[in-house]
Amino acid sequence: MQIPYTVAARPDTGLHNSKLGIWLFLASEVMLFGALFSSYILLRVAAPEWPHGSAILNVPLATLNTVVLIASSVTMVMSWASLMLKDFTKYRRYMGLTIVCGLVFLVVKVFEYGAKFSAGTFPGEDLFFATYFTLTGLHGLHVVGGIIVNTYFWGPGSRMWNTEPRRFTNRVEVAGLYWHFVDLVWIFLFPTLYLL
Amino acid sequence: MDHITTEDVKKHVRGYVIVFVALMALTIVTVAISYLHLDVTAAIIVALFIATVKGSLVASYFMHLISEKRLVYLTLILTVVFFAALIGGPLLGLHDTIQ
Repeated sequence: MQIPYTVAARPDTGLHNSKLGIWLFLASEVMLFGALFSSYILLRVAAPEWPHGSAILNVPLATLNTVVLIASSVTMVMSWASLMLKDFTKYRRYMGLTIVCGLVFLVVKVFEYGAKFSAGTFPGEDLFFATYFTLTGLHGLHVVGGIIVNTYFWGPGSRMWNTEPRRFTNRVEVAGLYWHFVDLVWIFLFPTLYLL
Repeated sequence: MDHITTEDVKKHVRGYVIVFVALMALTIVTVAISYLHLDVTAAIIVALFIATVKGSLVASYFMHLISEKRLVYLTLILTVVFFAALIGGPLLGLHDTIQ
């Protein structure tokens, strides 16, 4: 069965279906993270005292992760642009770099979590660490999901380029929208948890 | 973004590099300001303002929101309304006391 509007835009929406689909999904993701941010604000404002993130968290490592994730957003959008310019070799290079950046982000996170766990600090320690582990943990799971999707499009999924290049380009664009959203969430998480 | 030419994409690529540099600079500014030890209210306002600028750059250029279709904007306007209710609603009851 042919799935409609995977390449051409629907006349009524002006979008191909996958793009509308990803934006609706991202809207639901905004509400998911929004609920957690809302909880964080309430807990923080109502708490008699709240620690300064930079006093108990590793700011240099988090700054490194911010740089890595922003860089991965650039390589992701460059991978899409490479497909638009019909340069598949460059696409593979940029998508590969995006995956590597995602993995570096997770490795840094593992070091960060490891340092906390080995010091006996777990999510049950206090309200600050409960929110810290919940927010960064959920974000980390989103990074894992993005890496899995990107790896598929870098590897076996990229065969579609030979048969349906436009549809494949749309798929990469949609995966990119998700990846940029994950970057965007981190842009807010970083100052909220580490610097304030 | 459905009917763009090769020239358009080349222009976009130049834009991506500029945005990348701006995001890096703003990240440095964010961290540098945190060392100034401003009072909590000022620190929150400055940090969230810079984060909003960075987020807007990512959304506008990397996610191409600067030139999207009307339906995407409508979806996002609805999302912003609900997001604002989600953040602001509970805060309204912050000073309620349990009788």
